[in-house]
Amino acid sequence: MRREKLRRAAPLDEPAATGDLKIRQQRARALLRGELEGEELERHVRESVITTSFDAAVRWARSNAIWPATFGLACCAIEMMSMVSARYDAARYGAEVFRASPRQADLLILSGRVSIKMAPVVRRIYDQMLEPKWVISMGACSSSGGMFANYAVVQGADKFMPVDVHVPGCPPRPEALMHALLKLQRKVQERPDLGWRARYGAAGTEEPARLAREQERA
Amino acid sequence: MSYAADPEAIARELNGAHPGAVLETSRHRGQAALLVDPERVLEALGWLREGPGGGYAFLASLHAADYLPAEPRFGVHYELLCMERVERLRVKALLANPGDGDLPVIDSCVSLFPTAEFQEREAYDFFGIEFRGHPDLRRILMPEDYEGWPQRRDFPLGGEPVIFTHNEHTTPNWYD
Repeated sequence: MRREKLRRAAPLDEPAATGDLKIRQQRARALLRGELEGEELERHVRESVITTSFDAAVRWARSNAIWPATFGLACCAIEMMSMVSARYDAARYGAEVFRASPRQADLLILSGRVSIKMAPVVRRIYDQMLEPKWVISMGACSSSGGMFANYAVVQGADKFMPVDVHVPGCPPRPEALMHALLKLQRKVQERPDLGWRARYGAAGTEEPARLAREQERA
Repeated sequence: MSYAADPEAIARELNGAHPGAVLETSRHRGQAALLVDPERVLEALGWLREGPGGGYAFLASLHAADYLPAEPRFGVHYELLCMERVERLRVKALLANPGDGDLPVIDSCVSLFPTAEFQEREAYDFFGIEFRGHPDLRRILMPEDYEGWPQRRDFPLGGEPVIFTHNEHTTPNWYD
């Protein structure tokens, strides 16, 4: 009964006004059969192929698959976890795969205060991540020490590691973290040269550069 | 949770067994406390644990305090609990600061209460109180290479001023 109704509303064998779409469909079928040639083939290729630079394609792919490390420091981690829940759904940006190994992660989210005892651990995890890698400092504590202005907490995580995006808040809502993620995506896509090496004056620490130096020495 | 009703009676019995061990008794908001001689804290704790009037076999907490302007400056507090009578008793020992960077020393009670091992390490970590006879006295929460005793009252609070728009004039050239 219901199917009948649908059929009457939008008959399958008579597509609505988009005659152009119908023609393109037929052209694509003809291409698959190998019957398309001449001017029509030219037009089909022009319509269905985009050209871009290889770098731009790589950056686009990178920015849409930023996998964070499974790494929570404090209460901000609760908001970080809810970012991947069904309600907020970070999978829309390709960042829902929290990897349990720093070797497989692209992004380190510093979700909470970094105590001076934890700082070397965080730094080691960051060093274990493969390049390219990015860091989001989430919340007031990891950005500036926050309310923990005392002897035990590092006053800002960018004292011992490069940070790409700082998120204010105590803790920031998942929306704020997703906003940071989108900012990071734009950064990766549009201005990759604004990376931490330029800001921290760390040219020559890239993996390939290090390898080349070691080969020269050998 | 009730405290021992008559700390004076406990003190009399304890002083009968170990003369001069208890210096003072006090009740504050219904909480009974004995002030003991720091040199004889092991005798007092041992009697309270095993002795006839004691039975305080459970060490609920061991902690230190810094009463800086006061002298003697440091306190080590033992919160004892008698499981049979469900009765608490606080035992305090006051330690003077020896000065010259030396640490105040008190006997470790790990031999009586094994649970004290970590708690004495915490008191050592934060207040720099040395527990004589502790099996493994080193820092427990702060990094092992940390310098200073951060919970002492004369230890600087730490932290950094955060620049906001309303206080940036207090830090000239903060943007450099």
